[in-house]
Amino acid sequence: MSAGVSTWDRRPKRKLADRDDLLAKLFMLPTAVYIIGLVALPFFLALLFSFSDVTTGNPSLDFVGLRQWRTILSSSVFWTSFWNTIIFTGISMVLIVVIAHILATVLVKDFKGKWFVRFCVLLPWTTPVSLAAVSWLWLLNSIFSPIDWVLRWFGFIESNMYYLGRPVLAMGSIIAVHVWRIVPLATVIIMAGLMAIPSDIEDAVEVDGAGFWRKLWEIDIPLTLPITAVAVLFGAILTFADMTVVFILTRGGPTQSTQVLSSWAFFKGIEGGDLAQGAAIALFLFPLLLAAAIVILRAVRHREVM
Amino acid sequence: MTVDAGKFSGGMVDLTNKDEVDRRRRQRRRRARGGRAVLYGTALAAALAGAGPFVWSTITSFKANPDLYTKANNPFIFNLPPTLDHWRLLFYESEFLTFAWNTLWVGIVVVAITLVIGLPAAYALARLDMKWSGPLGIAIFFVYLIPPTLLFIPLTRVVGNFGLLNNTWSMVLVYPTITIPVSVWLLTGYLKGIPKDIEEQAMVDGYSRLGAFLHIVVPLTFPGIVAVIVFAFTLSAHEFIYALAFVSSTAEKTISVGVPTELIRGDVFYWQSLQAAVVIVALPIALVFNVLLQRFIAGFTMGAVKG
Amino acid sequence: MRAPDTESPPEGGGLSMAHVVEVRGLKKHFEAGDVRAVDGVDVATSPGEYLVLLGPSGCGKTTLLRIIAGLEDPTEGEVLIGGNVVNGLPPRARGIAMVFQSYALYPHKSVLDNIDFPLKAAGLDPQERRKKAEWAAKLLGIDQLLHRKPRNLSGGERQRVALARAIVRDPSVFLLDEPLSNLDAKLRTSARDELKQFQERLGTTTIYVTHDQVEAMGLGDRIAVMFQGKVRQLGPPKEVYSDPADTFVATFIGSPPMNLIDRGDHLLGFRPENFLPVDAINGRGGNVLEVDVQVHRIEYLSGDRHVYATVPSLGRDGAHIIARIPPTVDVPVFDDRDQRFAIHERDLRFFDGNTGERVPPRPVRS
Repeated sequence: MSAGVSTWDRRPKRKLADRDDLLAKLFMLPTAVYIIGLVALPFFLALLFSFSDVTTGNPSLDFVGLRQWRTILSSSVFWTSFWNTIIFTGISMVLIVVIAHILATVLVKDFKGKWFVRFCVLLPWTTPVSLAAVSWLWLLNSIFSPIDWVLRWFGFIESNMYYLGRPVLAMGSIIAVHVWRIVPLATVIIMAGLMAIPSDIEDAVEVDGAGFWRKLWEIDIPLTLPITAVAVLFGAILTFADMTVVFILTRGGPTQSTQVLSSWAFFKGIEGGDLAQGAAIALFLFPLLLAAAIVILRAVRHREVM
Repeated sequence: MTVDAGKFSGGMVDLTNKDEVDRRRRQRRRRARGGRAVLYGTALAAALAGAGPFVWSTITSFKANPDLYTKANNPFIFNLPPTLDHWRLLFYESEFLTFAWNTLWVGIVVVAITLVIGLPAAYALARLDMKWSGPLGIAIFFVYLIPPTLLFIPLTRVVGNFGLLNNTWSMVLVYPTITIPVSVWLLTGYLKGIPKDIEEQAMVDGYSRLGAFLHIVVPLTFPGIVAVIVFAFTLSAHEFIYALAFVSSTAEKTISVGVPTELIRGDVFYWQSLQAAVVIVALPIALVFNVLLQRFIAGFTMGAVKG
Repeated sequence: MRAPDTESPPEGGGLSMAHVVEVRGLKKHFEAGDVRAVDGVDVATSPGEYLVLLGPSGCGKTTLLRIIAGLEDPTEGEVLIGGNVVNGLPPRARGIAMVFQSYALYPHKSVLDNIDFPLKAAGLDPQERRKKAEWAAKLLGIDQLLHRKPRNLSGGERQRVALARAIVRDPSVFLLDEPLSNLDAKLRTSARDELKQFQERLGTTTIYVTHDQVEAMGLGDRIAVMFQGKVRQLGPPKEVYSDPADTFVATFIGSPPMNLIDRGDHLLGFRPENFLPVDAINGRGGNVLEVDVQVHRIEYLSGDRHVYATVPSLGRDGAHIIARIPPTVDVPVFDDRDQRFAIHERDLRFFDGNTGERVPPRPVRS
């Protein structure tokens, strides 16, 4: 099958290289195979697991009805995980959007050392999650935390805060790490949105006499709403489905108070060996994510302006 | 109509009043300077918040044990002379280099697979208008909503059936499920931004559709491809749960899993070496990312706007 | 006609100074002086004047407008509005309003909100805002469109919204940056007419930027022809047309442009419509220059005949010229033989061979 240039094709036979419809199918085939084979099928497999009693010791899929589901729904740890997942993500996203908008507004302006500041701001996100979590593990250490050291040095506190040892502080720590990690990504996305605002409109705003806050509230935020939604969606998915931060920082402790659906599924399924329950727990992620996506996308559809 | 400039900042100045004009001019200069101060202040705070932990990590990685494990010691300076011991431990006594090598080659292969599979798919979605293009695009989006933390349990079984359990190749097989949807989305948006005329010109000049794709479209998509390479490699290097679930022996681990699991032996944390690992991995990736940031944003914006 | 006000100040007299825009010695350099967007401009408008800044892209006209608006700061020089130096004042304090080439309407706001926006920024209360916005909308005939979004408006409607937004703050100066170039060609003529009428009604000093010399000639009370950051000529349309200050103005204005013939140390110029077959020129009123002409081609455009020819006797290498013969002259012209054409000597213009500047007449006959 030659893709070369021919000056005059005397035999106007349609080769494969020209058959748009076949080419389209051919081009899409590998992606479709991947998605079906390694996403759709495992998804259904997870569903099957959740109705079975499969464990690492007993790999055969025997149907047991709703037993696993009943066990989960009556487990307090499960409900802690469920609500934690939602709360952690919700609070994180609010913080992320606010901080990212402020940072984006700053970073689109020209100033000396902009490249360096951008580099620093991006660091949290370009680092692998697990490694960043490891750094924070020490930063929040119950004895040697540098944060505590600084606070003690200033005289704000007497003894350590036990960030990872007290439930509320532990939850705050998890949220803080998520925010710290995702703000760079959100900032970059919102920056792109701000830069897409035509310069004519910026000039018109200046001539019309709007100050900083009016411009931010009435022009910048509405016009970047679609792209902010993209940032929120990405950020939400990343936070929602993440188990790494919890796994490394607290392992779900203290006393399961910071457990989230993903981490609980891991502990139950892989470390605990109960694959069926693990699969069932993890399955709750899908409807929640779907709901969040629909809400966000619908909000954007209504505001489509450009 | 003149509005009292003193009351409203948006007001016009009575231009026949020289004092008012001068006052307004000075007000603007003061505001500009104040604005600059806030700008630099925020930028500085942001830079500190982002880079602070890494600066501290670097210092820590050179700290001697007695220095580090004394609660009262200032964590930001060297109370005892710095030492290379922990770096030596990282490179010579731990399997860090193995992890690094694994992460690198897995990343490269995954990126290659992503491009080879994703670019044609994006082209099909962007250009070759098929009836199923729309639904398929939505289907790809739905893949996002089925995260790795949902699939890792059944996939462990699937990987086992392929005989790849405890093998680095398991990650090569599975990671594209994460990288391909994003890449297709990015590239589709980018491709839609390329004018059709150029391809049609190529086809008039004698290329087949396939030829036009290979010789004309692919080179033109270069910035988008760069964005995909960066993004996909990052996703691959960051991935944790699949790596944790599929692989248990040291030689097959990547950095993402190897560092937290191997440098923590029971209750003993090799903190300084851990921080060293963080710094070594974070800085190069961040550098590359920054250099390519413009390209990345361009590719991303196209994707976000058109997609 | 002014916006409805609680107390209307008296017209004329001392207030008329407040409507004058002036720039003195204005320069705008980029890249440490390498790029001179504006290179020394001195212009002053009279009250209520419609001043057009005309020139090709890159001549500095838009930069000059933006400096007057306060969107950019000059490298050197002063901008005065109402007799006072306004350098350092933000746009909103200068009493100006601006209409951009793209109209720059806020896409997410309705027409009413677009017009209302500058009033909000000025801190007026809702009642006043409503009054003024409705007055502006009515004046521009868009009061039926108040609740539409910009994307549902035609080009002409968008332009009117932009104008409404501009007048609603009762500015002393209008600044317009090529507002007609985004309209269909057919729409442009009627829009031009409306624009001029509108400005005459309001009586506001207007500075208008364009690259279209037809627009400039039609709209301007005076035209400032700009090139490479400098004003080459400032004067009413008739003057800029018949008495161009240099070769640039001579060739930029007029379609077809003025004929220029190289005669060694100077250039001889004349407008195409002044060069006619000898039978069509009557000798009264001064000397007439007669020459032999070799006609190459004749075009028929809008009733005129455009004659492309060379005049060997006038210039060095067979001067190529265009003659524009109006329909009222029906003397036959043929494209295959020599003919005799003539022009009044008073219609001849002379330019320096090196600088291109206008010089006094020289003897023409060899």
